[in-house]
Amino acid sequence: MNRATLNLWVGFFVLLGFVAFLMLAFKVGNLSLDGSGGTYEVVAHFDNIGQLKERAPVRSAGVLVGRVHSVRFDTLHYNAEVQMALDSQYHFPVDSSASVLTSGILGEQYVGLDAGGDDKMLKNGDEIKLTQGAMVLERLIGQFLFNKAQDGGADKTSTDKGAP
Amino acid sequence: MIHQVEIRDLNFGYGDQLVLKGIHLTVPKGSLVAIMGLSGCGKTTLLRLMGGQLLARQGSVRVAGQELNHMNEAQLYAMRRQVGMLFQFGALFTDLSVFDNVAFQMREHTRLPESMIRDLTLMKLNAVGLRGVQSLMPAELSGGMARRVAMARATALDPALILYDEPFTGLDPISMGAIGRLIRQLNDALGATSVLVTHDVQESMKIVDYIYFVSDGVIVAQGTPEEIHASALPFVHQFVWGEADGPLPFHYPGPTLKMDFGDERGQA
Amino acid sequence: MRGAWGQGLRNVGDTTLRIVERIGAVVLFLGQILRHSGTSFRRFSLVIREIYFAGVQSLIIILVSGLFVGMVLGLQGFETLQSYGSSESVGVLVALSLMRELGPVVSALLFASRAGSAITAEIGLMKATEQLSAMEMMAVNPLARVVAPRFWGGVISLPLLAALFTALGIMGGFLVTVIMLKVDSGAFWSQMQAAVDFRHDILNGMIKSLVFGVAVAAIATFEGYEAPPTAEGVSGATTRTVVSSSLAILALDLLLTAFMMKGWN
Ligand SMILES: Nc1ncnc2c1ncn2[C@@H]1O[C@H](COP(=O)(O)OP(=O)(O)OP(=O)(O)O)[C@@H](O)[C@H]1O
Ligand SMILES: [Mg+2]
Repeated sequence: MNRATLNLWVGFFVLLGFVAFLMLAFKVGNLSLDGSGGTYEVVAHFDNIGQLKERAPVRSAGVLVGRVHSVRFDTLHYNAEVQMALDSQYHFPVDSSASVLTSGILGEQYVGLDAGGDDKMLKNGDEIKLTQGAMVLERLIGQFLFNKAQDGGADKTSTDKGAP
Repeated sequence: MIHQVEIRDLNFGYGDQLVLKGIHLTVPKGSLVAIMGLSGCGKTTLLRLMGGQLLARQGSVRVAGQELNHMNEAQLYAMRRQVGMLFQFGALFTDLSVFDNVAFQMREHTRLPESMIRDLTLMKLNAVGLRGVQSLMPAELSGGMARRVAMARATALDPALILYDEPFTGLDPISMGAIGRLIRQLNDALGATSVLVTHDVQESMKIVDYIYFVSDGVIVAQGTPEEIHASALPFVHQFVWGEADGPLPFHYPGPTLKMDFGDERGQA
Repeated sequence: MRGAWGQGLRNVGDTTLRIVERIGAVVLFLGQILRHSGTSFRRFSLVIREIYFAGVQSLIIILVSGLFVGMVLGLQGFETLQSYGSSESVGVLVALSLMRELGPVVSALLFASRAGSAITAEIGLMKATEQLSAMEMMAVNPLARVVAPRFWGGVISLPLLAALFTALGIMGGFLVTVIMLKVDSGAFWSQMQAAVDFRHDILNGMIKSLVFGVAVAAIATFEGYEAPPTAEGVSGATTRTVVSSSLAILALDLLLTAFMMKGWN
């Protein structure tokens, strides 16, 4: 085989490989998020995180804005401390609230962010104070029955605020 | 006198079979020396020792005054730049064309421009009468042609020491004569030193300066072609005249014929 | 009885020792290759030639297999997920299984049998026909001129092939589920994008295939270089290349997966 054709083929092959890689990175992996743009970290304490795991999505208004970075038990407050890496192109007021939500009925759990009204924005290392933990089915049912018994079904429960 | 190759008291073997036992041999600079001996007596092994591909178990092998046994890898490679070797079976690079085979060392070791490489390569191919096959692949050559190409390749960089492992096998009488003369010419024109391993007594007697006979791991006879021709040693006589009967055994040592074919049936 | 047990135990011991010895030899050989890699990068055309033989010539088999594997994944995934009413997640299933496991592993297995065996056979035959000796006598080190370019050609080719395999697999999954089974195309991509993480899925997959590439190329060149210089020797070495690289790929995959799941940090 002649050297020029060989080089051409190899060039074509390498190019094809890189195109495939870029397709994976941008079309499939949605690279713009935690790759190039950079992130900032915020922390939130929840009384219960349910099945939330590391790398679970953080969404606001349904849009992916970051990922859970780490989950650990806070021995001081006896609750769960969740570190989140938010995409630095999105900014949230300091009085925003975070809740642990579920996508679909059996779906994965994620953190939902609801923007507040403050002028000051969250920055790296800040804490989200307003939080709402995961719903636990047993407690929900228990509460429902309790309310039902209390006032005969006149009022709605106020606990299912975060359900989509 | 300066010796290009100087071998003293050399012992070498594969595994526990000793092939060479106490070889003494010198090749003066500028000379053309032949090594002869029966098939399997260790001639190829001896050439490989001169090229530093095998290391002596005992004794010394000096090429251009340097002891090969004490060289590190880099020094060995540096020494080999001055050595050309024609392999018994050619050993052409099967993935390169004839031209690229001959040009191989020029491309690896020099920064000559491509046009000059072309000229030099064609010159070398011309010398072995094969300029016409430059674009063929080695698989498309006959055995004799392949060997001639290998010869062009071995001498491509005009080495100071050229080792030929049976250059005459598989050649017709005409090319044999031509190759013989070429070996002599290369030797004289380049001022190179050559070692020639061969079975072809008649052809090599015409061109060489000195002959060593190897048998059973030792050198049994040596001398100039005239001395060899006139030699009364039964061994040499048998070899030179190609007689089946004589002191040299045709059979590789092993169990006797009787043991292999003989009375087994009777015993069983 | 005791004798048989003893013999069996001894065999296990011997085999283990031989395997460990062999791994050690390959690692040492890898070190040698690295030491003699200068030529490969100074004269990159040598490596380009090998990328052609290892990479370009494996292209068809990799592309076709990738497409088929992706289509099967799409079909199977659709079948299962549909009964949970979440057939749109099939994109996630296809993408994640391809990126994390099937892409790197299957393409490496195919590469070992397509290109690895060819590398072993070629080097082994060059050795058997004294071409390597001849090269040595021409003061050219075969490790630098023959082995290292083939090694780097393999190492460079495999990650590219794995990326192509994965990309084609996702297209295959898309073809089956979106075009044929009418899964919503928007949901297919968006769920995939939400679930796939660049560093943890894509980069880790690439790291895997790079490691596999090093392993396969080192084993293939080692087996060829150390092959007994006979016809049986070379054919045996070729078989060993396929068997040991496949085992190495699967074992390394287990190690790497465990390591990556725990996280690098
Ligand atoms: N790699 C090897 N391993 C083991 N034994 C070998 C090896 N190479 C050669 N031998 C043995 O060494 C002896 C000498 O071999 P060598 O090739 O040097 O013979 P030679 O004189 O060149 O023979 P020929 O004239 O047939 O080419 C032979 O008996 C052979 O069996
Ligand atoms: Mg020989």
